[in-house]
Amino acid sequence: MSLDPQPKAAGPQVGADEWVAREEDKREYLPSWLGSAQRAGERIGWWPRLAVAAIAGLILPVFGLGGFQLQVGIDALVIALLAVGLNIVVGWAGLLDLGYVAFFGFGAYGFALLSSSQIGTTGIHLPAVLSVPIVMIGAAILGLIVGWPSRRLIGDYLAIVTLFFGEAFVEFTNNVAPKTLGGPNGIISIDPIRSFGYQFTSNQSYYYLLVVLLVLTMAVLRLLDTSRTGRAWRAVREDPLAAAAMTIPVNRLKLMAFAFGAMVAALAGTIFAAQQISVFPNNFDTPILILVYAGLILGGAGSIAGAATGALVVMVIYDGLLRSPTDSGYLFYGLILLTLLVKLRPWSRLGLVLAATIAFGFAAHAIARAISLSAVAGGPASAGWIGRALHHWVIVPANAQVAGNWGFVLLVCLLIALVQVKGRWRTILLVPVLYLASFVWETRLAAEPSITRQLMIGAILIVMMNARPQGLLGERRVEVLT
Amino acid sequence: MGFFFQELVNGIVVGALYSLVALGFSMVYGVLKLLNFAHGDLYMVGAFTGYFVIQWFGGSKALTIPVPLLLVIMFALAAVLAGGLGIAIERFAYRPLRNAPRIAPLITAIGISFFLENAALLLFGAQFRIYNTPDFIPFSSGFRIGSVSVGAVQIMVIALGIVLMIGLQQLVVRTKLGKQMRAVAVDREAAEMLGINVNFTIAATFFLGSALAGIAGVMAGLLFNQVTNTIGFVAGLKAFTAAVVGGIGSIPGAMLGGLLIGIAESFITGYISSTYTNLLVFALLITVMLARPSGLLGRVQLQKV
Repeated sequence: MSLDPQPKAAGPQVGADEWVAREEDKREYLPSWLGSAQRAGERIGWWPRLAVAAIAGLILPVFGLGGFQLQVGIDALVIALLAVGLNIVVGWAGLLDLGYVAFFGFGAYGFALLSSSQIGTTGIHLPAVLSVPIVMIGAAILGLIVGWPSRRLIGDYLAIVTLFFGEAFVEFTNNVAPKTLGGPNGIISIDPIRSFGYQFTSNQSYYYLLVVLLVLTMAVLRLLDTSRTGRAWRAVREDPLAAAAMTIPVNRLKLMAFAFGAMVAALAGTIFAAQQISVFPNNFDTPILILVYAGLILGGAGSIAGAATGALVVMVIYDGLLRSPTDSGYLFYGLILLTLLVKLRPWSRLGLVLAATIAFGFAAHAIARAISLSAVAGGPASAGWIGRALHHWVIVPANAQVAGNWGFVLLVCLLIALVQVKGRWRTILLVPVLYLASFVWETRLAAEPSITRQLMIGAILIVMMNARPQGLLGERRVEVLT
Repeated sequence: MGFFFQELVNGIVVGALYSLVALGFSMVYGVLKLLNFAHGDLYMVGAFTGYFVIQWFGGSKALTIPVPLLLVIMFALAAVLAGGLGIAIERFAYRPLRNAPRIAPLITAIGISFFLENAALLLFGAQFRIYNTPDFIPFSSGFRIGSVSVGAVQIMVIALGIVLMIGLQQLVVRTKLGKQMRAVAVDREAAEMLGINVNFTIAATFFLGSALAGIAGVMAGLLFNQVTNTIGFVAGLKAFTAAVVGGIGSIPGAMLGGLLIGIAESFITGYISSTYTNLLVFALLITVMLARPSGLLGRVQLQKV
């Protein structure tokens, strides 16, 4: 019989709850003044933080954002608004809504129909002050209808029904009433947001409008979160049965969550349609849904600030950094180095791994070169000094595509193996994995940014759920066992 | 009347396909209570495997081995690859989340599905890969009854589908592994206390279910001729529908559901319009779920406190 102490169980602890999770999560502070700064930072309340973020968002364009950066900012703010709305349904009420993007589409299409020449001979051209509230109320009613089955369906069934609702929306806009909805060609030449004699036409004005709307929405949701309703939602999420036993109206709360989420999504949709001047069915397909989920999960489901921050980060990477070959290189190698810095201790091991990786690369390059010149004939896909620095380190064969594909398959296999092995073997395996990652990046991923960014979204969902389900800013939840 | 029976035959063939995908989906749900959204993508992996086997043996026009041997290799390799991938996914992504809140593995599953779909896009590109089935299994093979024609591929799909379904049913009812699977499905903790290797049982279930999806993928390639990275998503949706309509977690239910969806789809396409097929199938699903959430053959689950 072994006398070794039992390893800590991986599952939830009996009788542990949110409070225990918070206690366990308490970090050690850094020494000296850094620690004091950390403590001071944590003492700042929620509202001052929102104010600081709002001011930062408003003065950002002053530093001369170009047209491209401004568009990235607008897209990021729209997705952030969506993530904040999704947080109500998924994060607070704990209902997995996979049809959420349909409400976004409903808002966009609703606004498009009310402010373009699609209906009738002259069309309807309502001012935004009327059309936006109408669309939002319509979306809330639609949310009630879609949420209706949630009264009877538990967890997974609800996920399927909402997923089908989302798919049905795309099919509907693609096929039904092509005269009015435009089929796959969508609706074009939509009026800008226009009220009281003012028109939002420039991208700059939409940026400011979105910042203001996002901050206002977050403020309203914060009030909701700390109210009776917010607490009741969390009770429903943790245990509907216990909540019902405490006289919480579970069904009404679920419907409310759907309606509120739908309203926020529709609001985002109206701005999206007005800024784009056009809407198409594929604007509201599954990839957008997964993008919003990735933002929410990265930031932390259940936290308003987390949802907004996560969505902004994901979108800036997805839409901005990954489009440019130099920026994406910084991002890729920067993230790897940062992860190693945070995760690899002690320092000697970190230095060892880095030195071994560098040596491994030069050795591999020299061997490949000695075997065949065409094996190193290609150049790295990264531009700038990264590309030049890696030229004699990473092997890029003349036929980079095929080699990169095999490398990608091997990398995925090795990553799975890396997670399975423990201790010294993990450190040793890390060296070839790092080199292979760089190889795949230079041969394949950096050359295909549009696919790479989709892979990143999928990877965020998988890795975050396994490594840190509470997200970057969320609070850890521990399930209470009975 | 000929048209009616032709559509019925087509519906049964497509239904057999959906049934196979739905079976694996339903089995995984049974033991793990997890909607495996990545299941449809294993079907896609199977379809690509079949395509590359054809290319490996000289392409559809100049096959270097006899056709039956080719088919056996296609099905076997697709089953093994998809099954292995299924085990890897379970080990890597789902096992660490077994005790997490219910929503966590679902979101992981969506992430895996998206990742696989785009990995296939990276590896194989966005263009359609064509099986060119008529090159090695001519249209003229098969038989005709009146105006109804049944192709050799269609016969093979139905026959293989029936064999696999009966085999699976027997496996679940008669073998030790099947008994273990049922025990884990009823109560995982109690099964573990009785000495059942829960991890092995779940891995085996994933292998079987994923292998069925891979085989269905090859069938789809032979039937529809086209393979691309997004076929898994739609097939996955239809399989969910089938599994849910039949009653999730129930094997005969998945078969029945698959056949119903296949036939309904075929008739809608034939008699109404192909543009509304998906919309009407989704509407059918939502109606069934609202009217009978536990499906046609499923049992009402009582919630334990």
